Amino acid sequence: MGGLIDIVGALLLLAGTTFLLLGGLGMVRMPDTYNRIQAGTKATTLGTLLSLVGVGFLHPEWSLKLLLIGVFLLFTNPLSSQVLARAAHRTRVRKSPTNVVDRLAEDLGEEP
Amino acid sequence: MMQTSPRSDSLRHIVVLFLTLMLFWVMLVDSLVPDRLAIGAVVSLGIALFYRDGLSFFTEFRVTPSAFVAGVRYYALFFRKLAESNLRLAAIIVSPDLPVRPGIVKIRTQLKSRMGRLMLANSITLTPGTLTVEVSGEWLYVHCVTVDSTDVMRATEEIAADFERYLEVMYG
Repeated sequence: MGGLIDIVGALLLLAGTTFLLLGGLGMVRMPDTYNRIQAGTKATTLGTLLSLVGVGFLHPEWSLKLLLIGVFLLFTNPLSSQVLARAAHRTRVRKSPTNVVDRLAEDLGEEP
Repeated sequence: MMQTSPRSDSLRHIVVLFLTLMLFWVMLVDSLVPDRLAIGAVVSLGIALFYRDGLSFFTEFRVTPSAFVAGVRYYALFFRKLAESNLRLAAIIVSPDLPVRPGIVKIRTQLKSRMGRLMLANSITLTPGTLTVEVSGEWLYVHCVTVDSTDVMRATEEIAADFERYLEVMYG
């Protein structure tokens, strides 16, 4: 019977898309670029992974490709976030007024 | 790690990268038909030769049983932290007063290898409220949604120590 497996797959998809939704909400609510990147990276990684596992339950014959997508995601997502954050810092993107410390700017001799 | 000459090191790297790319290719095309394998082999070899100084998944990985065990435990820890970080961030996002206390702190890594440092930086980016902004030698600058400690020693302990313990064994 595929019934139970379909339900598990659908629930995983639902959980995944919920995290993606929260990630989107975080993009709107977070106070500055860096915090937005944080919301974007984490929620999308787990959200997409859960979605992939969910699809894996619904279409087991795609498993190998889904695994490949997952591996690429795990390696590229943090890297792109990191490069975005670095670019933001180098071009001195405005930080939230609630920002408490910036060791990088201190070490570069910039105004924090 | 075994003492090897730069030449055989470079050769080993090309072979490892080639095999990794071939594995990906086979997973992607999902068939073992000879002409497809041949296309994959040619392209993989080209890329492996072109990027001989680049990094791949198993670059600098220590081929020992303890490194393998550390690898398994590392991924277990990683996925637990990933789930935890998502839940914590989700809690911050949905709370009406948005309890953030952001800042960029500095931590110091013990890891020497390039791949070890890359994995650490990536792991930090994917774990609770932390994002690697810049890597400069042994120093990592990490953006935190909620800063707990601005002291280098304590921040390192809080952010990196768990992962470092395993990555140390895996890559050194």
